[in-house]
Amino acid sequence: MDKFTKFTGIVAPLPIINVDTDMIIPKQFLKTIKRTGLGKNLFNEMRYTKDGLEISDFVLNKPAYRLASILVTGSNFGCGSSREHAPWALFDFGIRCVIAPTFADIFYNNCFKNGILLIKLPQSDVDQLIFDAKNEASPMISIDLEKHEITCHDDICIKFEIDSFRKHCLLNGLDDIDLTLQKKNKIERFEIHHHLEQPWL
Amino acid sequence: MIKPRTLFDKLWNSHLVDIQDGDLIYIDRHLVHEVTSPQAFEGLRNGGRRVRRGKMTLLVADHNVPTTNRSNGIIDIESCVQVQTLEDNAKAFCLEYFGMEDIRQGIVHIIGPEQGFTLPGTTIVCGDSHTSTHGAFGALAFGIGTSEVEHVLATQTLIQHPAKNMLVRVDGVLPVNVTSKDLALYIIGKLGTAGGTGYVIEYVGEVISSLSMESRMTICNMTIEAGARAGIIAPDKTTFEYLQDRPMSPKGIMWQNAIAYWKTLTSDRGAYYDAELFINANSLVPMVTWGTSPEDVLPITGCVPDPVVVVNPSKRAAVERSLIYMGLIPGTPLTDIKIDVVFIGSCTNGRIEDFRAAASILKGKKIASNVKLLAVPGSGLVKKQAEDEGLDIIFREAGAQWREPGCSMCLAMNADKLDEGERSASTSNRNFEGRQGRGGRTHLVSPIMAAAAALTGKLTDVRKL
Repeated sequence: MDKFTKFTGIVAPLPIINVDTDMIIPKQFLKTIKRTGLGKNLFNEMRYTKDGLEISDFVLNKPAYRLASILVTGSNFGCGSSREHAPWALFDFGIRCVIAPTFADIFYNNCFKNGILLIKLPQSDVDQLIFDAKNEASPMISIDLEKHEITCHDDICIKFEIDSFRKHCLLNGLDDIDLTLQKKNKIERFEIHHHLEQPWL
Repeated sequence: MIKPRTLFDKLWNSHLVDIQDGDLIYIDRHLVHEVTSPQAFEGLRNGGRRVRRGKMTLLVADHNVPTTNRSNGIIDIESCVQVQTLEDNAKAFCLEYFGMEDIRQGIVHIIGPEQGFTLPGTTIVCGDSHTSTHGAFGALAFGIGTSEVEHVLATQTLIQHPAKNMLVRVDGVLPVNVTSKDLALYIIGKLGTAGGTGYVIEYVGEVISSLSMESRMTICNMTIEAGARAGIIAPDKTTFEYLQDRPMSPKGIMWQNAIAYWKTLTSDRGAYYDAELFINANSLVPMVTWGTSPEDVLPITGCVPDPVVVVNPSKRAAVERSLIYMGLIPGTPLTDIKIDVVFIGSCTNGRIEDFRAAASILKGKKIASNVKLLAVPGSGLVKKQAEDEGLDIIFREAGAQWREPGCSMCLAMNADKLDEGERSASTSNRNFEGRQGRGGRTHLVSPIMAAAAALTGKLTDVRKL
């Protein structure tokens, strides 16, 4: 997994609540057996007409946001299907951070496994970031994961909270499976005990 | 004195392997399907890792499989490759796999319980959000992503955060023609699509106790639509009767020991819940969704809502967007909405009870001439049972298409989909934009409401049919 430490990028505003993973990557693109190549179909049905032409007023088709790497959006982002294709598509497009008031649980886990930082902020902060992203000539912000800080255009600083273990994994680009396999003895001990308790499993 | 614990607390604690660097919990049952697993197996290969406990893993193809004649295999090349990849992985890693020609093949959340793979007191995961279904058996069951699928394959564990506890108590009696699907939709309407985020919901009360396993599964299945990863119902006599003599259920003395253990799987008196919701079922009516989120739900007696009266600006914008997508005008009675397609099936409502219920409405009648009705059993065994009971004949004589098992039009990954602007009454679980096909418009309903809509060609109050 890629490390995430400090990051500066263009912010794209997507002020919609309950953006589901079907919207992020529709099912016809789930037939792949790879993790890569999904970025061109990120938000497919909002981004392209049925004939594959760009819909000009969709945010990621506007010149200012075509290279966006940060998405600011409404509450409950990533609800619905557990498809990890959603974070793969975001990552493949170039999105490294999503900011919203809340996220759906499975999507939240999935993003951190793929080096995408999700930041929960109060609605008022999100509203301000969306306003800035819409109105700034060059809508950039910087994110410092170590310091839990977002720095906006006029040096306004927003603090955010993050679980220490997730932060540790992102900062170091750690692979969960490696970490867990180091606990092999504990898993084996558990299995013996568990088998005694529920031998029918 | 020991602090009283909820059923969730008990399930969590009995699977806790380690608490350093996040809780590491042990996984007893892993269901795997073709869409969310290829990259996980590829990861195993790249890391030179094996599957830790192959016997706890069951593979089946469901999302991509055709529901029409299968004798020629899968025509869509990408779907074919994905299903073939699953089969190849089953062989390479020596895992049990139900192929497309196996009568046990079906939707992953239908076959787990059907085979007795799903058992009380277990932890169950699958790369599919509707894994919550299995919670109906008193198991802790939740959906995971592909990285987590790989993690479970390699370690038989997962790093997770414990959830908060929510209690939903449903007392009273469900009125005639009001089903567990209506109850599930009602609860989602009350909680909102994010109301359950961070929680595991335990369902209790007179109504829940009186429900069949099939109906309980419908409720737990839809729990994810309220944002909660898992729903659970304590196992009882109904659960044990359902599981007895299933192919993978414990047998003999083991069965007796298992029952004794399963009977301890209840929440303690006085256990603490972080949130509670109380519902009296006596006044519930059949429900239907009007918008593009499962929380956009109303009684069938209602009218399309007007965004003008929505106070919250984000929510108002969402309602406006939904109405445009759905092609609906505020104030229209829901029973005036014409439909083109009816879908009966999915992991929500693709079990034998659902086909019996729908058949009871369709029996001896014809569906409206402008309606296409797809009946897609949840598994080969559900299909066979329905055929043994003659239900397929009722469906066919009514004008329905009686199909092979799979996920089908619930998510439209195979050829079963809505065309742009087409409107469905569907027994599935999601009415998201494009869910059943680009530009398709979905109204979620119960199986009997779906059958009623098929007969009249519009959303219909089944009680007035």
